Amino acid sequence: MRLAIDRFHLGFLALVAVLFTLALPQVVAAQELSRDEVLTEAAQEIEALTPGTPAEGANAAAGATEATGGYVPMAPTPGKGMPTSYEDDALASMTFQDQYSQDGLYALWMHDYILLPVITAISLFVLGLLFYVIFKFNRRSNPNPSRTTHNTMIEVVWTVVPVIILVIIAVPSITLLARQYEEPPEDAITVKAVGYQWYWGYEYPDHDVEIISNMLTKEQAIASGEGDQYQMAVDNRMVVPAGVPIRLQTTAADVIHAFAIPSLWFKQDAVPGRLNERMLVIDEPGVYYGQCSELCGALHGFMPITVEALPMEEFEAWVVEQGGTIPGAEVAADTEAEATEEAAAA
Amino acid sequence: MATTADNFVPAPAAQTGGPVDDHHDHKPSFFARWFMSTNHKDIGSLYLMFAIVAGIIGGAMSGVMRMELMEPGIQYLWWFAGSSPEDISAAGHMWNVFITGHGLIMVFFMVMPAMIGGFGNWFVPLMIGAPDMAFPRMNNISFWLTVVGFLSLLFSLFVPGNSIGNGAGVGWTVYAPLSTTGAPGPAVDFAIFSLHLAGAGSILGATNFITTIFNMRAPGMTLHKMPLFVWSVLVTAFLLLLALPVLAAAITMLLTDRNFGTTFFDPAGGGDPVLYQHLFWFFGHPEVYIMILPGFGMISQIIATFSRKPVFGYLGMAYAMVAIGVVGFIVWAHHMYTVGLDVNTKMYFTAATMVIAVPTGVKIFSWIATMWGGSMELKSPMVWALGFIFLFTVGGVTGVVLANGGIDDNLHDTYYVVAHFHYVLSMGAVFSLFAGFYYWFPKMSGKMHSELLSHLHFWVFFIGVNVIFFPQHFLGMNGMPRRYPDYPEAFAFWNYISSIGYMIMAASMLIFFVNIAYAFLAGKKAANNPWGEGATTLEWTLTSPPPFHQFETLPVIEDHHDYHDHRPATA
Repeated sequence: MRLAIDRFHLGFLALVAVLFTLALPQVVAAQELSRDEVLTEAAQEIEALTPGTPAEGANAAAGATEATGGYVPMAPTPGKGMPTSYEDDALASMTFQDQYSQDGLYALWMHDYILLPVITAISLFVLGLLFYVIFKFNRRSNPNPSRTTHNTMIEVVWTVVPVIILVIIAVPSITLLARQYEEPPEDAITVKAVGYQWYWGYEYPDHDVEIISNMLTKEQAIASGEGDQYQMAVDNRMVVPAGVPIRLQTTAADVIHAFAIPSLWFKQDAVPGRLNERMLVIDEPGVYYGQCSELCGALHGFMPITVEALPMEEFEAWVVEQGGTIPGAEVAADTEAEATEEAAAA
Repeated sequence: MATTADNFVPAPAAQTGGPVDDHHDHKPSFFARWFMSTNHKDIGSLYLMFAIVAGIIGGAMSGVMRMELMEPGIQYLWWFAGSSPEDISAAGHMWNVFITGHGLIMVFFMVMPAMIGGFGNWFVPLMIGAPDMAFPRMNNISFWLTVVGFLSLLFSLFVPGNSIGNGAGVGWTVYAPLSTTGAPGPAVDFAIFSLHLAGAGSILGATNFITTIFNMRAPGMTLHKMPLFVWSVLVTAFLLLLALPVLAAAITMLLTDRNFGTTFFDPAGGGDPVLYQHLFWFFGHPEVYIMILPGFGMISQIIATFSRKPVFGYLGMAYAMVAIGVVGFIVWAHHMYTVGLDVNTKMYFTAATMVIAVPTGVKIFSWIATMWGGSMELKSPMVWALGFIFLFTVGGVTGVVLANGGIDDNLHDTYYVVAHFHYVLSMGAVFSLFAGFYYWFPKMSGKMHSELLSHLHFWVFFIGVNVIFFPQHFLGMNGMPRRYPDYPEAFAFWNYISSIGYMIMAASMLIFFVNIAYAFLAGKKAANNPWGEGATTLEWTLTSPPPFHQFETLPVIEDHHDYHDHRPATA
């Protein structure tokens, strides 16, 4: 074999590859072990904390309303609205979270079927060319170098072909942007997420509801059945209706924060003095986790976001329970009262 | 009125050209030589040594970060903060200080000094056949401003940043209002001052390079006969000159907002935090090209040398760098896709950003075409250059993904971005630095490094950085935000792998230092041109190391010389 890469290179590469292959299962095993320990510990803590149902110990309010058939925080569905660990599903831990909004599905499609194949192909093409020149044009295979320094044809090709590829990418990219910036309809439900150091506040101006949302401690998260979602789980979730347009506004009171939900392909900075607004439609009920995504100080890593999407009736029940009002219902009640008055006057 | 010029009496030897004082290697005393240096090679060496020291400190900071992220939970940060394990605030602030320090050090005090200050100072004059830089004393002040800037940054670590702890925990971007009302302590003032000093040093350096390249080229060396490394430094110098004043303005406004009651970035007084981001990234995006363009130049020299072939498409290569520099000024807001930009603005920045892929592609393909038909020798600089091409391509294509404003909505501020910019910098820029180091080390030191250790360094470093950063793409896509000291259990596995990669990378750095020590202690004496007939630029016509003052008789670039071969006919 007349190879440019001498035995030393190949040998060394092989050695490192073997070492790495050998080390990987160890790493995985160590990882599984520590995970098991955590889970056992978590199970014991749950036992200690909650003699009854897991939901009870965490949130007294939730426990109280349970009796009246009101709002109970929805249990998260594993793998939905949250990151996936390598141990649960290796492949899913290496890519985007499943999407639960139409824009998210479109963006995911664009990434998976246009961007990822294109960038993989380009990288492999360059790698292939490199291997080809290394093996074909080394000192031993090709002792007399050519003096070629120009080839107009090939230079035009490698300028024009990337342009064409970029235009192909640009079409869905611009479409996606246009979709993401569609105006919410008049009757969209307004939710205003306000970033504070270091928690979120959610205001529902249409419903006269305001809630403050703090991260659950590890013990609280375990108690509420969200032990695996520690650092993403909160005490008071941002509850919204599923399947209808939400006018999601973000702003901040102190420094810049960012409201982000990976499984909805949604991220919008919360900037003091500005009110950012985008439409969000969540396809189906569920619990969707996110984390603050703009450096905001010491506890930047500990001000998560939990969105709970509910069917409309359950959302309205939640609003009433928070002491809020349902705009439509109020109008209906008023009309009814007026009608009664009119009838009485007649 | 008497002026200095009145008292200036030319030395007799200079008038007569006699041999009396014409002693080539008359070097000043130690202090005068290294602390008051006006010699471009000595200043270049100082910059390189400074960059290595800063790189060790910045690299150690990333070591602490990877150590902390190896397992979920806070394990070590509280100790660095001098606090207790329960104090998450102190740990979180310490984390922010580390990410800020790591970013600022690696950008302003490692990559830039090494690329421009180190290799630029050393080899721009040599390659254009000049005796020194145009303004040797200004060259000296550029270096010492950078050093004092670095000390100011280090000092900031030990003074209060906010009510929680010492140090500036505001990120290398120093976004307002986190850096104004959010961090009232003096640490942030020192960090900002550090940027002022380093920026002033870089602006002076940039004017020096521009003047040198425009005025001091050897007779016959037209712009289109300049080596591509000189082209790359020229474009970089223009980027510095145009971009750094904007940064200086932005951080000066931060200082006055912090200390003198102005409200440029405070909405309570009619200001806007997003204005700061526009100003910062108007500097910040050219800055990333400032960090990579000299690398492009070095890679071009190295590929041509070891393929024994002139660079393919020289003019295309030179003007691709110019194009990248120009377009680099009109894409800044792609760093700000989520701040609430207008949809049309986002569409424009998406399209403009993708345009940069075209000249970058021209460069990648031209390097491959340079090797095509060549007679390649895989010496140490060449393997680093080959590694650069592949890894920079990987970093480049993830840049195309991030360029899409709609896709960026999910990836913005996640580890995908961290992976992307480390592929282009920690692998792009740093691979070109090591390639340049091994290429020119024999010339600079007069000693040969060990090829075996250099190759070993390459393979261990290559594997290490890929194991660190490739899994970070997965973490980012799966939703892990950047600048987080702790993470949910689901992200544990790939973080663990990434930290293992850091250890591999750290081991490779030991090999690097052993290699330098070996070269100085036991390395063979380097020939004038250790790389053979492919090395055709002027620095290889000098001794290794070059004389203290070179080209007292200017080399002449004859008509038959092209851009590739500058060697005198007799050599």
